[in-house]
This record gives sequence, structure tokens and C-alpha cells, in this order.
Amino acid sequence: MSDKQINLQIAATQVTAIQKKIQSVIDKLFDLLENKKIRYSIYAVSMAALFYLPQKTSMYVTEIMTNVWFHVVVCLGLNIIVGFAGLLSLGYAAFFAVGAYTSGIMILRYGISFWLTLPVSVLMAVIAGLAIGVPTLRLRSDYLAIVTLGFGEMVRLAARNMAITGRATGLVGIDRPAFFGITMNKIAHFYYAFLIMAVLATIISSRLQNSRLGRAWRYIREDEDAAEAMGINTVAVRLYAFIIGSVFGAIAGSFMAIKMTAISPDSFTFTQSVMILLAVVLGGMGKIPGVILGAFITVVFPEISRGIGQYRMLIFGVVLMVLMIYRPQGLWPEREL
Amino acid sequence: MNENGTVLSLENLETWYGQICALRGISLDVYRGEIVTLLGSNGAGKSTTLKTISGLVPALSGKVKFLGEDITNSMPHSIVEMGVIHVPEGRRIFRDLTVTENLEIGSFSLKDNAERKKRIEKVFETFPALADRRRQMGGLLSGGEQQMLAIGRAMMTDPKVLLLDEPSMGLAPVLVQEIMEIIKNLNEEGTTILLVEQNAKVALQLADRGYVLETGEIVMEGDADKLSQDDSIVKAYLGH
Repeated sequence: MSDKQINLQIAATQVTAIQKKIQSVIDKLFDLLENKKIRYSIYAVSMAALFYLPQKTSMYVTEIMTNVWFHVVVCLGLNIIVGFAGLLSLGYAAFFAVGAYTSGIMILRYGISFWLTLPVSVLMAVIAGLAIGVPTLRLRSDYLAIVTLGFGEMVRLAARNMAITGRATGLVGIDRPAFFGITMNKIAHFYYAFLIMAVLATIISSRLQNSRLGRAWRYIREDEDAAEAMGINTVAVRLYAFIIGSVFGAIAGSFMAIKMTAISPDSFTFTQSVMILLAVVLGGMGKIPGVILGAFITVVFPEISRGIGQYRMLIFGVVLMVLMIYRPQGLWPEREL
Repeated sequence: MNENGTVLSLENLETWYGQICALRGISLDVYRGEIVTLLGSNGAGKSTTLKTISGLVPALSGKVKFLGEDITNSMPHSIVEMGVIHVPEGRRIFRDLTVTENLEIGSFSLKDNAERKKRIEKVFETFPALADRRRQMGGLLSGGEQQMLAIGRAMMTDPKVLLLDEPSMGLAPVLVQEIMEIIKNLNEEGTTILLVEQNAKVALQLADRGYVLETGEIVMEGDADKLSQDDSIVKAYLGH
């Protein structure tokens, strides 16, 4: 063996030694989190810090963090479809388009209070979930991805061509609602609204994951045929995933409509759907903290790297590729058994 | 055997995969407490028959009756709830779930936790090898253990009829004997069994009766010991 080969071997053993050390630290952290007292105090402290944040930081930071919470909600919504149920979907932007347009149209054209548009938005989301879920019941992986991609484009093109959705200009001048007498016109208001939604989405996701339905999702994700043979109602289970995922997206979309006060078909492009899917995959499909991390990174990374100029998206792309090659399971670590 | 009552009966069952006719009008009966085997070469329609019974594949015409009730167009999950359980070919256990989690899938429709625990313990009594590995991932089990897990998972549903698709596939002869012994025990405890096998010798030793399928049609039926002495069967499937 040449010196070079020996050096390489030494380097390789060093790398595995470092990996082992990192894993042992991670395992220790997980052990620490097993302790309920420690876990809940971490939750409490971080919640307090997040609620305090807009008081201390600039409007710019608050704006970006608001965007992070919005993405957390939609990513957790998509995570139900892709991560929990294993149904690859490339048209998620359609679901928040449904929410945004439902609220936008009702407020702008009929003068209905925003809060009353929310239940309608949910109802429309259920219909949208069924609209994509029912025709695709027998489709798997790549075929499903193609149809959901088509669905996303259909919704966008419909919005672009219908009079009621304002065609290519979209809806402009959507009124902001009042919340207990306070008109929601400051970024901090939206920060809190989206933060609360993100917290609720997290709690609901984790409750769902550990529920009977969550287990059924896991079974159809692992092996749909075997799950069906073992008596799981795969039709209902799949439709629930699409419906619940769609509702998450629509509610986020409704709030987006009043935050932006203007929406257009360009807000709901294929790129949007891909960015959300990317956040989910990057953080770790099916892992709630991972998905939150993924949402955070996909929003914050392009912002903090603004200094690099137009190369930032190129660098982001390269970093993502490297990550997916070396950590296909996503960034969020898992405890080794 | 008629006095025991028909548990499962197929009447003129036809199944198509698109343009291809897989079952050309099959009629067969399974009586309570029997082991019935379906023999035939690759592509004869054995697995399709089981899939049509359990509702995984829709029938074009004909009827599947379970205890006199027409279940031809029922959803797979309601057929499972009635007590007709299909153990699919290739075992299809969940590789990334533990042994216990795999068993829990079988009792998915059961809401009684105490009953679930009881059934899990019963599976572990039947298969001590699985009890030692209850926290291991399904994918790490050997072929024989995976087959035991697949049968154990079906036992969790408290089946009236088990549809077993090639339980001996890919197993060493000694394990085949062990699995057959387990099937026999399950049958003696009261489960009716419809067994699909390529290994005709083993299947005919175990079964009460048998049907022989050829390109989607039943070409022969009868008592297992008679079939195992029939010249054409011996030539085609027993390899003498």
C-alpha cells in the first residue's frame, strides 16, 4: 500500500470517528428532551422569545419571520400529504390559491368580513382536496406527481382567465380586517397571526401523526397494497391526507390575501409549489421539527445571502444538491437505535 | 363435508386485467374447517383468485359469497372486517416497522387495547422466534420469520378464513415444513384456509381438497389424496 492510500484510510477513519461523535451528542440531546420538564421549559422559553421578537427587531426582520411562519404552515400542510401519507404532490400552491382567492373575492366583491370568509375557505379547500384526491386514487408516485403538477397549473390558469378572479391582474385592494377593534395594518399584527397559526399547525400535525389516522398514513406510505390487504380503508385515508393538507394551505392563503392586500396568478406558480416541497424534503419528510427547519432555511437563506447578489440562488442550489446527495433523509437528525 | 356449511363460494367468477382475461369463470366452494388448495403453474390465475376474493382486484362478473352473503363488490377493508384475510404473495411485511408494529397493523380496526395485547401475546406464543425479536425492524428478519410475521399479522384480525398466497415461497425445506405445521395448527383451532401453492407436494399433504387451475379455468378438482395420485398431476406438478 502506498503512503497516499494509507493517508486516505486514516482520513476515512477520522471522518467516521467524527460522525460517531456527532451522533452520540445528538443521542444525548434526544435523551435530554425525553425529560418532560426540560422539553416543556424549552418550548416555553422559545415561545416567549418568539412573541417578544417584534418588539426588539426591525420591521425587516419581522417581515421575514412572518414569511417564515407562513411557510411553516404551508410546509406542514404539504408534509401531511407528502411526508405522512407519502403522496408526492407538485401542485400545492393551488391549495393556497384556493384560500387566497376565496377570501379575496368575498371581501372585495361582496364586502364580507374576512373572519366569515375563513369557514368558506375551509369548505373550498375540502372541495379542492377531493377534486385532486378522487381522480388520483389509483395513482402512485411519479404518475401522481404529474397529475398534481397539472392540477396546480390548471388552478393558476383558471384564475388567470376568469373574470371573478380578476384575470392576470388579480385582486387588488383587499381590505384588512379588524381584530377586536384593532385594524390589522402593522406587520407585527401579521407576525402574531402567522406565529399563532404556525403553532397551531405544529400541534395539530403532531396530534395527527400519533393518531389512528396517522398510523394508517404510515402504513399506506410504506406499502399501500399490503395496507389495503390488512383492512385499511386506503381510499378514505388518502382523501383525508389531501383534504387536511389542503385546509392548512387554504387558511394560510386566506391570511396571505389580507396581508398582501393584492393577489395575482403569479403568486401561485409551479416554482412556489416546488419551493414548499423543497423545504419539506430539505428538513426531512414526515419529521415535524425537520419541516419547520426546512421552512426556516428556505426563507431565511436567500435573505441573509443578499450580499452575494444574484449568485445566491446558484449557491443555494449547489448547497441543496450536495445536501441531498449526502443526507437524502433531510437535515433533521434522527436518534440511532 | 357439506353438512359443515359453505364458508366461501365462488360462482362463475371472471376477472380481467384490462384486455387480458385472468379468470374465465371459476366456481369453487370452501367448507367450514377445511384446508383447500389451489394448484397451477405460473400465470394460471391462482393469485388473481385470492385477490378477487379479498376485493383487491375487481371481478367483472360472477359472485363471491362469504357465509351466504354476496361480497363481490365490497371494499377490501370491509371484507377484512368480516373475517376474510389475505396474506399476500411475497409476505409484504413492513420493513421499516418493528415486529410489534407490524402485528398492530393487523388489529387496526380493533379499538379494544386489552384485546389487542392479548392477541399479540397469542401470536408470540405461536411464534416464539418473533417474541425474541419484537423490537426489531421487519426488514431484518429472515425469510421464514417474515412469513411467520405475515401469518401472525393476519392472525391479529381474528380471521374466519385465511387466504394464503405461496407461504412456502423462497424458504428452505425445513422451514417449509415448519410453516405448514403452523398452518395445520391454525386450521385445527378453527380457521378455514384457502392455500395457493406452487409446491404441490406439500400443499396436497396438508389439504383436504384441491382445485387445479390452468390459464384461468378449473380443470380438475377432488380430494387431496386422490389428486396426489392422479397421473397428470404427478406429471405436471409433482415431478416424478
